[in-house]
Amino acid sequence: MNPRHVAADFRVVARSYLRNSAALFFSLFFPIILILLFGAIFSNAGSTTVSVEVLNEDHNSPASQAFLAALSNTSIVSVHLVNVSTVDPAGFAAWLGQNGYAVGLVVPLGFQANYTNHTPVNLTLYTNPENPSAAGAAEGAVQGVANAFNLRAANGSAIVGLGPGATVGSQIYTYIDFLIPGLIGFTILTSPMFSMVDITNSYRKDGIFRELSLTPLTRAEWLTSRVIWYVLLSFVTAGIMIVTGVALYGAHVLLTAGLIPYLVVGPFLFVSLGMLAGSIAKTPESAAIIGNIITFPMMFLSGTFFPVSSFPTWLQPVAEVLPLYYVIDGMNQVMLFSNASRAAFDLAVVLVIAVAIFLLAIRFFRWRDE
Amino acid sequence: MADAISVRGLVKQYGPVTAVAGIDFSVAEGTVFSFLGPNGAGKTTTTEILEGLRRASSGEVRVLGLDPWTDGRELHRRIGVIPQDFRFFDKITPKESIEYYRALFHTQVDPTALLAQVELSDKANARYDTLSGGQKQKLGLALALTNVPEICFLDEPTTGLDPHARRAIWEVIRRLKREGRTVFLTTHYLEEAELLADRVAIIHHGQIIASGTPQEIIRAHGRPARMRVDGPPSIAEYLRSHLGLPVDASDGRVEVDLARKEDALRVLEALQASGLPWSSFATEQDTLEDVFVRLVGRMDDGAIKSEAAP
Ligand SMILES: Nc1ncnc2c1ncn2[C@@H]1O[C@H](COP(=O)(O)OP(=O)(O)OP(=O)(O)O)[C@@H](O)[C@H]1O
Ligand SMILES: [Mg+2]
Repeated sequence: MNPRHVAADFRVVARSYLRNSAALFFSLFFPIILILLFGAIFSNAGSTTVSVEVLNEDHNSPASQAFLAALSNTSIVSVHLVNVSTVDPAGFAAWLGQNGYAVGLVVPLGFQANYTNHTPVNLTLYTNPENPSAAGAAEGAVQGVANAFNLRAANGSAIVGLGPGATVGSQIYTYIDFLIPGLIGFTILTSPMFSMVDITNSYRKDGIFRELSLTPLTRAEWLTSRVIWYVLLSFVTAGIMIVTGVALYGAHVLLTAGLIPYLVVGPFLFVSLGMLAGSIAKTPESAAIIGNIITFPMMFLSGTFFPVSSFPTWLQPVAEVLPLYYVIDGMNQVMLFSNASRAAFDLAVVLVIAVAIFLLAIRFFRWRDE
Repeated sequence: MADAISVRGLVKQYGPVTAVAGIDFSVAEGTVFSFLGPNGAGKTTTTEILEGLRRASSGEVRVLGLDPWTDGRELHRRIGVIPQDFRFFDKITPKESIEYYRALFHTQVDPTALLAQVELSDKANARYDTLSGGQKQKLGLALALTNVPEICFLDEPTTGLDPHARRAIWEVIRRLKREGRTVFLTTHYLEEAELLADRVAIIHHGQIIASGTPQEIIRAHGRPARMRVDGPPSIAEYLRSHLGLPVDASDGRVEVDLARKEDALRVLEALQASGLPWSSFATEQDTLEDVFVRLVGRMDDGAIKSEAAP
């Protein structure tokens, strides 16, 4: 292995990559998009409030106003008062539908009088079955405030209460915390796999490998320069994803040097695997198929988008035969749990597989068919 | 002079297809050898076997004293190659490509000078995928020269080039020869071979059907030199009866075969003496291209004869 050859080839790899806008997009912006997308889907569920259109027929009464204020204070729902003179109570349901509102509440005339007389009075809650989460949240909030009012009217006192709010501490992990190591693993897998399968085929078809076979460059040198490139790329994309996740979603990750070995060994493994897949295939079509067969199960079943512990029990052993599982699990151990011994075990597994695949790739890879 | 290349009984089969059917030739060091033949004749196959890119089915091949198949790594340091369908990294410029090869081969060539030599200086910093076909070809030549090779294998280096660019490549080939290097050149341009090559071989259906210097081949396989006279057919009658030379007449022109160069004078004297109205005359000789077309055509008609006279 001649370092000068590796360095010269590395320059070609880096330039080819940096001058290819599609490749750049996929390696730099795609990770950001993934974080934004999955972060938005799964971490915002608790923070949005449900709008409730309220038709207060008893609108001048202090009791109805107190009730609505209490409802508003739950911060589960936000109360929007509807002008009684413009909306007919009989047509309220239709009006909600026409204006695209999911939840409506009617406080009937005589609410205060009935409340003070201890006469049962019914509020009417309109919900849209197509939006069950909004319906559930609104129903819970209205029910909760109603219970409090009932208790007060009966001069009762609460037996079970909720203490002052506790903030979510570092010992409790949110989805976004798992998502960052998972998505780093996802890009460590996909970006070298797809591009190596593609490159081994197009270089073979275009005779570029034949051209290189006439130079002193060895196959191991060629593969090594690509490994180095994807290692660097993995540092950049991991950095981007960590910064995005922490800045936008307040992800909790420990940035330790323990992460570095995974960002090195992971790309080493998948560059080699991509080249192996591209080499054993005889045609570009079969290469793409072999590449996909290897990549897709790992893409979804290795703890990329969801922690493996959340899988059904029968599926968990499947994850444990996938090399990417150990990369992601190892990163979880160092970034979240500080579990050094399990992290070391994961790393050892990845390293052994990577070395084996690298050697196999060099063995099967031919500059030319003859 | 020692042989840079020697080939004995070379056969190459692709499954049922026999691409090269037992050929022998040798190329002396420091000479330009041109390998000619119609499409599918076996030129590229032979070239790739010499380069160590393909394995011979049988026969003996020596390039710089090495077996190209088993000693490929050693051989590749000492030869330069432009494949027929040269392609390179899409996003890399010619200058960067040469720097890349220079680092791989540990040589000291100056990329700027090398690009100037193949007349590609203006595109030194243009990405490969923006180059024209001819410019790509020139880059191929420049890369083939990066390791200062003892033998250059050029498989159709001028195909697709404009006349000016072709002359630039010819100049490079002449310079290689002056520097004592050996050139193995495949081409479809017969005048190019005639101009540059010390020796040529014509291959057809995997067999060598003619070889030697261009002049030797023309002499052996071409028609004799002819004098063409424009005038009435009666001139043909007159010359035939007075000179005893073969005369051919058609379309208002008369052709007389010249066995010796003095015959030209005799034809002119006879014309003058005849008093017949003739307007102009010219002497004609077969070119390598005429010979090539006739040889290949005759082979395809199945009438393989060794002599030329019709
Ligand atoms: N890889 C291959 N597999 C099977 N047959 C092949 C292969 N390469 C070439 N041939 C066949 O071998 C014969 C010689 O091909 P070759 O490429 O050597 O011709 P060539 O003289 O270089 O032609 P051209 O002038 O068109 O470049 C052709 O009949 C071709 O079809
Ligand atoms: Mg050819």
